[in-house]
Amino acid sequence: MIPQKVEWMQALHERHGIEFQKKISSTTVAVCGLGGLGSNIAVALARAGIGKLILIDFDKVDITNLHRQQYKANQIGMSKTEALRDNLKEINPYLETVLHTIYLDENNAKDMLLDADIICEAFDSAEAKASLVNFVLSAMPEKYIVAASGMAGLDSANLIKTRKVSSRFYLCGDEVSDAKGGMGLVSSRVMLCAAHQAHTVLRMIAEEYEV
Amino acid sequence: MVRINGENLDVGGQSVADYLDSAGYDLMRVAVERNGDIVPKGQYGETIFKDGDNIEVVSFVGGG
Repeated sequence: MIPQKVEWMQALHERHGIEFQKKISSTTVAVCGLGGLGSNIAVALARAGIGKLILIDFDKVDITNLHRQQYKANQIGMSKTEALRDNLKEINPYLETVLHTIYLDENNAKDMLLDADIICEAFDSAEAKASLVNFVLSAMPEKYIVAASGMAGLDSANLIKTRKVSSRFYLCGDEVSDAKGGMGLVSSRVMLCAAHQAHTVLRMIAEEYEV
Repeated sequence: MVRINGENLDVGGQSVADYLDSAGYDLMRVAVERNGDIVPKGQYGETIFKDGDNIEVVSFVGGG
């Protein structure tokens, strides 16, 4: 039995308080890349009752994604945007989503990110990460960006941190653990980094801008 | 002196492009902030470090 919206909101008010929940519910977050970082960021924010998620990824769910990304075996082959939307709606039926099944680059980013209050960079490639961060900070001066760098391997969980690089740019991760060397991406450490990103978003919504 | 990622370096007068190149950075993987503002990629050649500048060079690694 799916709860009515009024019950849903009541439960969130009990947890977060009415004032904070109002702010969460009126915030739009863009999640750029729906892999291990993006899918976990989206789940955390959907549970928190975020107002709207803009979900951006060109890719399809692959069997090699399932060890760390919020998809299910029966979703292999689906586009990540649609699969994640379905999973998020099962968690929070009142979540509003906008899907862009496209490769985000500097030529199309502005239109897709225009409505976002906060942008999460959750790409896999270092070049794509740098490109989005440079674009947002240069071309969208009113936006905040929460990016991630360095979360691969089995190194200590405590090395994953959030750093405020400048007033509109936060960076989560250990900043060194590249996915190419050694063991690759391990679910728990990627989730830690995604949780740092989602938590930074919620703190900004609460107007807590320091880390 | 120019403060780069928390370290004081004697690179006043150098361009961002020259510094990044000599320090071995991959230009496709970095974001550079000068005194809290992003330096657009197209301006790395013409942006010259001045003494007292506070520079952050963020060099991204892959994985997500």
